[in-house]
Amino acid sequence: MKYPVQSVKRLLVLGGLAVAAVPVGGFGHAWAGKADDTLKLAFTKELQSIDAYYNSAREGTIMDQQIWDGLVYLNPLKGEFEGNLATSWAWLDDTTLEFKLRKGVKFHNGEAFDADDVVYTLDFVTNPDNKITVPQYVSWIKSTQKIDQYTVRILLNKPYPAALNLLATMIPMYPNEYYAKVGPSGMALHPVGTGPYAVTELDPGKHFVLKKYAGYHDGPKGQPSIGTIDVRTIPDVNTQIAEMFSGNLNFMWGVPSDQAEKLAAMKRFTVVNAPTMRVGYLVMDAAGRTGKDNPFTKLEVRQAVAHAIDREAIVKSLVKGSSKTINSACYPSQFGCEQDVTKYPYDPAKAKELLAKAGYPNGFTTDFYAYRDRPYAEAMLAYLNAVGIKANLKMLQFSALTDLRMKGEVPFSFQTWGSSSIDDVTAITSLFFTKGLEDYAQDDQVNAALGEGDTSVQPEKRKAAYSKALKRIADQAFWAPLFSYNANYVFTPDVAYQPTADELLRFYKMSWK
Amino acid sequence: MLNFVVKRLILAALVTSAVLLISFSLLYLAGDPAASIAGESASAADIQKIRELYGFDRPMLVQFFDWLWHALQGDFGQSYFFKMPVADLIADRMTVTLTLGVSGMLFALVTAVPLGVIAALRPNSMIDRFALFLSVMGQALPSFWFGLMMVVLFAVRLNWLPASGSETWMHFVMPTIVLGYYAMPAIMRLTRAGMLEVLGADYIRTARAKGAGPARVVVKHALRNAVVPVVSLAAVQMGFMLGGSIVVETVFALHGAGFLAWESISRNDLPTVQALILIFSCFYIAFTFLSDLLNAWIDPRIRIG
Repeated sequence: MKYPVQSVKRLLVLGGLAVAAVPVGGFGHAWAGKADDTLKLAFTKELQSIDAYYNSAREGTIMDQQIWDGLVYLNPLKGEFEGNLATSWAWLDDTTLEFKLRKGVKFHNGEAFDADDVVYTLDFVTNPDNKITVPQYVSWIKSTQKIDQYTVRILLNKPYPAALNLLATMIPMYPNEYYAKVGPSGMALHPVGTGPYAVTELDPGKHFVLKKYAGYHDGPKGQPSIGTIDVRTIPDVNTQIAEMFSGNLNFMWGVPSDQAEKLAAMKRFTVVNAPTMRVGYLVMDAAGRTGKDNPFTKLEVRQAVAHAIDREAIVKSLVKGSSKTINSACYPSQFGCEQDVTKYPYDPAKAKELLAKAGYPNGFTTDFYAYRDRPYAEAMLAYLNAVGIKANLKMLQFSALTDLRMKGEVPFSFQTWGSSSIDDVTAITSLFFTKGLEDYAQDDQVNAALGEGDTSVQPEKRKAAYSKALKRIADQAFWAPLFSYNANYVFTPDVAYQPTADELLRFYKMSWK
Repeated sequence: MLNFVVKRLILAALVTSAVLLISFSLLYLAGDPAASIAGESASAADIQKIRELYGFDRPMLVQFFDWLWHALQGDFGQSYFFKMPVADLIADRMTVTLTLGVSGMLFALVTAVPLGVIAALRPNSMIDRFALFLSVMGQALPSFWFGLMMVVLFAVRLNWLPASGSETWMHFVMPTIVLGYYAMPAIMRLTRAGMLEVLGADYIRTARAKGAGPARVVVKHALRNAVVPVVSLAAVQMGFMLGGSIVVETVFALHGAGFLAWESISRNDLPTVQALILIFSCFYIAFTFLSDLLNAWIDPRIRIG
């Protein structure tokens, strides 16, 4: 009997040789991009609906900035508001904002922009029946009135100083006739806005093609430069890097610091590190919500925790980049974020002393919750352990931890907050210290001071109120503020772009070198 | 036979509903869906608002039967995350997964069965050693690493194949090999073992004695008998490949149903997860059922029994 073993063997050997003999092309091929005026960019996470009011993720906010416009624009370099779809605005009183709208603006589908669009959009999103995903961005709006074709008034429930911030980035204006016809599900598949880019191709969650809008108005965003932006979701960062090398990708963001360092060392791509508004901090149950006898109700224990952790070392060896340690319960650039507060430098001896004073000479054991950045949390465990605090790390999904936190079952946790890129302490301190479900301080003095700041539109008065609140938070060590986060952007050398601290990619500011 | 089939189908339906109920309660315990929908920048009050709007404040069993009632009518509801009908979403993602699963399985069968047969015909030969080496590698290599190495070689170094996406057949070449290679070793070892056992049987000697050619002996007499357990194994592997190709789908950015299931769990997108679990468990049951039918066709003893 003869079986064709010999020929199989020969085939295998030949096959192996064939693969080995193929000349290795190397890295020499041309970049996709500049030649056909198409910038290819990757998202790591799948985008929810592209309709700005039905997604809560950063990717969504980024897309919204390209496709739509707000009434005003927040210049990220100057930190000042500029007119966008409105050319001017004025506070008529503490709860009435009047806008004069820009004339001659057209949506991507040709529909003209006027007061009816503003009224329709704001009425739609504030109507609870429409179940928008981000009610927190519009809950301050009581009603909207059309005064004439190019004048609108927004009435507020109560004074709300962050109104312009939200109108700039989180509240895009929709075309009333089109939106009335297609609704959120239609907008999710065929978005129409006034923004610098129009969507020409859309595969939900996977692929988006944006083309420069030829009729874009001369607003503060400026005219877009690159013709086509092609956005694909590639969940694995390694695959994104492979695509950068094979010339199928021009732009990555949110690159982990170790990968960014390696890529920077190779000198093939531009690697830029920029700070972000996200901060990390420890929350301690000072109010005794998890039990009256819990150690964190004692001031000395909270101060000991703050002294126990070497934040400088964590930033230097783990968080890296342009991250900095923070001392106040907010991001330093935010309006009202008082920097002159009690500081707790790394001092394990003092931490032990404070623990002894609080009645825990041998330390204690506690649960320690976290939902992201496990390595950072583990470093903190080691520091806490060194002063005698035995913390059991419990890593949970974000939603599960939120659930527990609101039920008042979390004695001690590592949290982070990005303030939705809103450059004002109302987006962070006022959310967590005003005696709500997430407030583990439940402190009357802090609450009163924040209330004062939140209901005034006079900057000096607000600053003074927030200063009082933040000083008390630091004195009482309700939080142990840790550090700010940073983001790495990697792009091909033919791309020119300057990342900003609000972590919002601006496609319309990108250009070819 | 009909009795047997009906009994099995009823059992399958029971298994499916048990799986659904268990998964529903597990997801429910895993985290507050309202908090997931609201996103990381929502306050407690916003989350409460969403909880009421979506009806999460109703008892769990009420929510479950409400879902089941609609699902039985083919209405899987809206994805909380994508705000689009779950049925459309899954139809889109399933195409990728089915293409990948079927091509991966074909790749595994086409390489594993002949290799297993050849290895059995020449036990302890070079080719047998080579087959053993391949299967050990297949079991030992983690898919994500193997996938990345393929990307480095074929996409970055040689620039022959695209590294990610699912637009053309070229995009499926590397994922198919990675996924298929993972399923290959078991099929090959089982084919080899089955062939070795069968080739020693009396009826093979009889077949050879009556003058049947080598090809006829191997394919018609030996393989047909050796392949029965392989079919059962392949059916189970197929179910696994459809639901469990998450790693491969992630590495190659394929956006298939497995990846969708994985992502939807962390997003607490209950309607999507429930629909996917229903579909995947139906696949498992269908494949097991089909493999029984196929085996009955290959082996008359099963048919009669």
